[in-house]
Amino acid sequence: MSQATSKKKFLYINRRAPYGTIYALEALEVVLIGAAFEQDVSAAFLDDGVYQLINGQDTTGVGMKNFSKTYKALGDYEVRKLYVERESLAERGLVLEDLMPITYEDEDEDYAEKPSIHLVDRSQMARIISEQDVILSF
Amino acid sequence: MRFGIVVNEGPYTHQASDSAYQFAKAVLAKGHEIFRVFFYHDGVNNGTRFTVPPQDDRNLQRLWSDLAEAHKLDLVVCIAAAQRRGILDANEAKRQGKDGDNIAPGFRISGLGQLIEAGIQSDRLVVFGD
Amino acid sequence: MSTLHTINKSPFERSSLTSCLAHLAEGDALLIFEDAVVGARKGCAFAEALRAKLPSCALYVLGPDLAARGMKAEDIAEGIGIVDYGGFVDLAAGAARVCAWL
Repeated sequence: MSQATSKKKFLYINRRAPYGTIYALEALEVVLIGAAFEQDVSAAFLDDGVYQLINGQDTTGVGMKNFSKTYKALGDYEVRKLYVERESLAERGLVLEDLMPITYEDEDEDYAEKPSIHLVDRSQMARIISEQDVILSF
Repeated sequence: MRFGIVVNEGPYTHQASDSAYQFAKAVLAKGHEIFRVFFYHDGVNNGTRFTVPPQDDRNLQRLWSDLAEAHKLDLVVCIAAAQRRGILDANEAKRQGKDGDNIAPGFRISGLGQLIEAGIQSDRLVVFGD
Repeated sequence: MSTLHTINKSPFERSSLTSCLAHLAEGDALLIFEDAVVGARKGCAFAEALRAKLPSCALYVLGPDLAARGMKAEDIAEGIGIVDYGGFVDLAAGAARVCAWL
């Protein structure tokens, strides 16, 4: 039976806005736990999922926990590939600058801070999907 | 081939659990293996033994429990999602100071790592949700 | 190797089918099941968008979900295959990965 000896490419697909449903939060919890397994992890944010990364989330009025800063910690968990779909942003009247600045420290380049968010277009996103071993949707 | 199955919704409200169950049966009928069925989000609600669905309709919890017993399946309910939604085994009930537990036979409560492991160890991971 | 995409929500209810279609790669397969089967009906608003993918992708609906919704094989847009749960398993086994569009 196949015992996995090499890393698998995991893609977490996020297509829903935060707070209206629990999927964004519970997806993030999977990403964090998954980081301990040292696989090749990426997270895709498309359709309303781009809203999970939007800057300035203030949940005081809705009485829910604001978990947005957890995305900023993803770099510490070695999750550095956050693919955000360009068309999904544009359709929603958003630009890259509307999103939280999320970075990681590249130990191969003197811990230089680099952006974790990679803007990709739809066809690139399709290609990314085609390169994965395991895809989790929430 | 070894399959991992993820169930993201509870019984009855969405077809997800039914679809996953029918798929699981078909996997086994085809001679493949099921590494694990992982219940996440409201899917944990498949794992309570206290449902009393109408007699003239399927009992999803019992279907899953019976399938697990017949084929030695590993049905895992995510602990974090279960805590949010009130699915407990005896240990959890004791730990959390609750006056009862409700986990159904054949289901066990464990961490999200079991989902990742299912992704690593399975040849195909199939997700059923809303 | 190709991807098996799955879509389960009606395209009249949710945009996941439209999003899925925009992300199919050449040689991929799409399985339409649960409420999404209503989008595969001949003459419905989504039939053409589905058929437009046929040259490059294989499309299937899950027979039991069709029957449950009062549909027969001849109600489905041309070129879309019909499989049962066993066929669903074969599609998953035959692809390299499965991508669920929820």
